[in-house]
Parts: sequence; structure tokens; C-alpha cells
Amino acid sequence: MALLDKKSRQVIKDPLMNNNPITLQVLGICSALAVTVKMDTALVMSAAVVFVLTMSNTILSLLRSFIPSRVRIIVMLAVIASLVILTDQVLRAYMYDMSKQLSVFVGLIITNCIVMGRAEAFATQNPPGKAFFDGLGNALGYGLILVGVSAFREILGSGSLLGFSVVPQWLYGMGYENNGLMVLSPGAFIILGLIIWVQRSLGKIEES
Amino acid sequence: MLEHYISLATKAIFIENILLAYFLGMCSFLAISKRVDTSIGLGLAVTFVLTITAPANWAIHHFFLEKGALSWAGLPDVDLSYLNFIVFISVIAAMVQLVEMILDRFSQKLYHNLGIFLPLIAVNCSILGGSLFLVERDYTFMESTVFGFGSGLGWFLAIASMASIRYKLRYSHVPVHLKGLGITMLLTGLLSMAFMAFSGIDL
Repeated sequence: MALLDKKSRQVIKDPLMNNNPITLQVLGICSALAVTVKMDTALVMSAAVVFVLTMSNTILSLLRSFIPSRVRIIVMLAVIASLVILTDQVLRAYMYDMSKQLSVFVGLIITNCIVMGRAEAFATQNPPGKAFFDGLGNALGYGLILVGVSAFREILGSGSLLGFSVVPQWLYGMGYENNGLMVLSPGAFIILGLIIWVQRSLGKIEES
Repeated sequence: MLEHYISLATKAIFIENILLAYFLGMCSFLAISKRVDTSIGLGLAVTFVLTITAPANWAIHHFFLEKGALSWAGLPDVDLSYLNFIVFISVIAAMVQLVEMILDRFSQKLYHNLGIFLPLIAVNCSILGGSLFLVERDYTFMESTVFGFGSGLGWFLAIASMASIRYKLRYSHVPVHLKGLGITMLLTGLLSMAFMAFSGIDL
């Protein structure tokens, strides 16, 4: 990490743990949960969000002094939507099966509150370099939770990880069964609730 | 024919609730469900906007963007469906603005009750999600209207019940670090489990 000075490192590291966009700022949960049944979809989704968020933050930060503040929401939406279209077309061209599985949720990155939130709160007030790292950090923090939830759901729900079965056969022999609830939507809510609990206890964070 | 629409609406409201089964519109759900009256206001606004934007976006997709949709203009080979996202979000933003203006002009009372929620709705995932679903599932015009209305009503039901639960929750002792977001997620999980019980309904 000698490449980066201390400040950029802080900007990246902060959203990963201490100020995670999902568990602490409650942003971007919409698309976070639907793609976490399997770990591979969660990884692709995280990559898509990393691309969109870093690019949108950088572009909007470059444009920040040219955008009149009255029409800034429209400009932000236009930039974000174009980036999402780009991502969706690339996914369709090179990973067609994956794009079918992610279905509408790639498109929903447009209304993902993290992207809009970071653009509004950070990119419009900071230089491009800083905005780039802020976008990267927040997207990685988002990805971390996404991959974490999906790991639990895939192991407990289907007994596999990235498609390889990880629960040994003798365990099934002893009467262990996959928990079907984890594959369904309530599993996602409960796992995320528990992750939030653990992380807040570790970070000693309370909500008023 | 009517049965088909009733079954579609039931599916959208209960069985495949847009919030509890597809996780759409979570951000405003978590932020607003602290209070019952504002939840009901936002729920009504979402239902209203979804019922309008779903058929509007269907028409735009069907007559302008779909592959071969522009054949009426003599351009049968043009496929603009990659513009879906950006056009849908603009239509939604414009519709929300329009609804706000119409309410302001014709119903001051409703405007005061719903007014503050309308700007929030433009970036509510459930609205864009509804439009994207109807393209993916190839709904007809009537079907998308019913689907839009049903999804909105489902969202309304979910946020209203969540707000009521959280209201009761004020008097219980929740572990300190679980308070707020954590317990809300767990409760949403339970609510979602309860809604899954409807999946036995077959119309």
C-alpha cells in the first residue's frame, strides 16, 4: 500500500469497516440482498458496483464546477444511467448466463442509494482523485457485505461455495440437511440483520 | 379474463411482494418506517406513482424502444432496448414531477400529505424495478397496470405493517447493538416469512 499516501488509504479503509455503507449508513440495501443466493452472482454484482461507483464519482467530480446545482440530480442520473447501461451491455456480451441471473438488478444500480449518495455527498465537493478513492472504498465496503451474506447463504442453503460443495458427505450421512430457508428471501434479511449486529457490537456502535 | 388479472394482482401483492420477496425499495422502507403516519403517506404515494409509471413505461417500451417497435415510423430494424434504463428513469422523474404539479393544482390537501414524499420516490428502487420487471416478463398493457398497482399495494402493506411493529417495539428491551437497523432487518425477515405463507394460494 506504499503506492497511496495516508489520506487516500483512510478514504478507502474507512467505508470498509468503521463506516460501511450498508451496515452503518443503511444505503444500497435494495440490490444488496436479491443477488446473494449464490456467491458468484454476488461477486459479479460487486464488480459492477465498483465500476459504476468509482467511475461516476470520478466523472461527477471532474464536472462538479460545470453543473448548475439546480439540475444536478438530472445530470447525476444521466451519468450513472449511462455507466449502468455500459455495464449491462458488457455483461450481456461476455457473461450472458450471469446477466440473465442478475436480471433486473443490474439496472437497479441506477437507483442504488450508495451511488447517488456518494455523488451528492462527496463527489460534488472533492477533487477527482479523492472522489475516485471514496467511490472505490464505498463500493468495496458494499461488496464485502454482499459477498459475506452470500457466503453464509450458499454454505447453509445449498452446502456449496462458488458451486463447489463444501459440506462433507459424512455430515449428510449423520442427518445434516441444507437449510432451505436460507435460499429464500427471509434468509437474506436474517443473515444481514445478524451481520449488522455482530459488526456493531465489535465497533461498539449504538443507534439512538 | 378477470380471473387472470385478479390472480396477477394477488401474486404481486402477497406472494411475490416487491419488497419482501425482491428486496426493492428497502432504503426508504428502512428510513421511513419509524413512524406510522408517514409510512402510510409514502405507501400511498408509491402505489399511486407505480400505477401510473408502469403503463407509461410499457407504452414507451412497446412503441419506441423494443426491437422492431419503430416499424410504424418506417424503421423496422432499429432496436433501442439498450436505452431502457435511462429512458425509464427519466420517465419516472418526469412523472413524479407531473404528479406533484397536478396535486398542487387540484388537491391541496393531498399535496400537503404526499408532497414531501414525491421527490423521494423518483429514486425508490421499487418504481424502476416494477418497470424493468414488466419488460422482462412481457406483460401486456392491462397486465402492467394491474402489476404496477398490485406491487404498489404490496409495498404499502409491508411498510404499514413494519411501522406498526416498530411502534410497538419502542416498549421492548432490544440489545443495545441490535437496536435500529439490526432488529429491523430481523423483523423484516420474519415478516417476509409470514408473507411466504401466501405462496400456497393458487388462483
